Amino acid sequence: MLDVKDINVYYGAIHALKGLSFYVNEGEIVSLIGANGAGKTTAMHTISGLLRSKTGDILFMGDSIAAAEPHKIVRLGLAQVPEGRRVFSGMTVQENLEMGAFVRNDGRKVEKDLEMVFTRFPRLKERRRQRAGTLSGGEQQMLAIGRALMSRPKMLLLDEPSMGLSPILVNEIFDCIQEVNKSGTTILLVEQNAKMALSISHRAYVLETGKIIIEGKSSELLDNEKVKRAYLGG
Amino acid sequence: MEFIEQVLNGLGQGSIFALVALGYSMVYGIVQLINFAHGDIIMVGGYTAFVTFITFGMPLWLAVIISILVCAAVGLIIERVAYHRLIVHNAARISLLITALGVSIFLQNLFMLIFGAEPKHISTLFPMETIKLGNTELSSNTILNIVVSVIMMIGLQLLVNKTKIGKAMQASSEDAGAAKLMGINTNQVVAFTFMVGSALAAVGAILYCNTYSQIKPTMGNFLGLKAFVAAVLGGIGSIPGAMLGGYIIGIADSLTKAYVSSTLNDAVVFGILILMLSVKPTGIMGGDRREKV
Ligand SMILES: Nc1ncnc2c1ncn2[C@@H]1O[C@H](COP(=O)(O)OP(=O)(O)O)[C@@H](O)[C@H]1O
Ligand SMILES: [Mg+2]
Repeated sequence: MLDVKDINVYYGAIHALKGLSFYVNEGEIVSLIGANGAGKTTAMHTISGLLRSKTGDILFMGDSIAAAEPHKIVRLGLAQVPEGRRVFSGMTVQENLEMGAFVRNDGRKVEKDLEMVFTRFPRLKERRRQRAGTLSGGEQQMLAIGRALMSRPKMLLLDEPSMGLSPILVNEIFDCIQEVNKSGTTILLVEQNAKMALSISHRAYVLETGKIIIEGKSSELLDNEKVKRAYLGG
Repeated sequence: MEFIEQVLNGLGQGSIFALVALGYSMVYGIVQLINFAHGDIIMVGGYTAFVTFITFGMPLWLAVIISILVCAAVGLIIERVAYHRLIVHNAARISLLITALGVSIFLQNLFMLIFGAEPKHISTLFPMETIKLGNTELSSNTILNIVVSVIMMIGLQLLVNKTKIGKAMQASSEDAGAAKLMGINTNQVVAFTFMVGSALAAVGAILYCNTYSQIKPTMGNFLGLKAFVAAVLGGIGSIPGAMLGGYIIGIADSLTKAYVSSTLNDAVVFGILILMLSVKPTGIMGGDRREKV
């Protein structure tokens, strides 16, 4: 479904991604784990078109999106929940969700999906008229996920959805990610919380300073000595 | 009641500043650019009204519509030709500012070349009458200015809060990157913002011509500066703030001229700005903006 082939991304002189390649099959949850500064967010931004690769190609459902503008990529069915949530804090919860449906013209169905998000996250429903900036971190993360789902994506990129959340909320968010996946959305999950990510994903890649150093089934990576030492705390 | 008259005159004058201030504010909100050429858009509008209404003798309504369209088009062209590539490539702000100054100088000189440096006279566009309310006298122009500016502000608020493109403007100004991830074409939003701001400046231009009956190529300097002060005073990025700032500047200007000195008005206007910036740097209605890539 997503095929990232040999991408090299720079910030000026900083070489952030060094010939990165990986793929995600339809229906999978794939996690991309790595320490802070490994290049995870850079990879996500490049897939979504916010950054450009100097080389290689990115294919989404067979078509190259390496040169496509971000708004076109969303229209193709590839949505992202960015790192740090980035909800529109001046807008209400409902307006944020409506922004998520910006690319859609089927108003009726949008309203149904809005209800679906509210069923998934009842706390958002209670706060639908509240400004997003007043929500707690966990609620903002739910809003960011709900907002991305409003575009009805075929594939969802999630950048560190567990960041800054309490363990209970992390569980809640990860349950939700699995549900979204079961209802047919392919998922690429970026995490520093390797344990959680590996426990819900099918396959995983370990990214270190812009390169994949280990890849395999998540269950295998959980037992991998090197992964255990470096990312699972022993 | 001379005092009330002066306040109302100030409001009438401030309405023009307010309409120009809206453009500064909207554009700043979306691309963090102080578009110094914005004051010159009002000059373009003034000359368009002059050519259509006086030179070609078109009916007033047509002259107004053409001025609005011409200004919107000029705003769009400026964005596309001068700023677009700088914005897309995240150029340093100083590059944008210098470009804006360049565009301003270009427009002024272009119009000087075409129309000459001498002021042009425009007979009053709308019939003017003096209205008496008790012992307060005011001109119908003043009322026209106030009413038109209020209608424009309400229209703009509806556009920004109730339409899809308006919400896209809000989202883009808060976090352009996140807006792109929602599928918003932020380039289009920026272009649209320049067009709307310029169209409002055209309305300001019509009111200006009607109030002062005289235009010249450099008129954008003084108007642009006052409007810029108004936008900052009100809280740059805020629509009601820009309006309020415009009115305050207009009234301060008018009262100073009437009661203090006819040459100290600019000093007072800037004094108010400095005072405001030292008390609340974000302006009267400005919130605290978080800046993001
Ligand atoms: N805007 C930027 N300008 C310069 N360097 C950056 C920028 N963003 C990220 N980097 C650098 O690129 C590398 C990868 O960063 P990032 O993709 O954010 O990592 P991660 O998401 O894995 O923590 C880091 O070395 C970081 O310092
Ligand atoms: Mg990151």
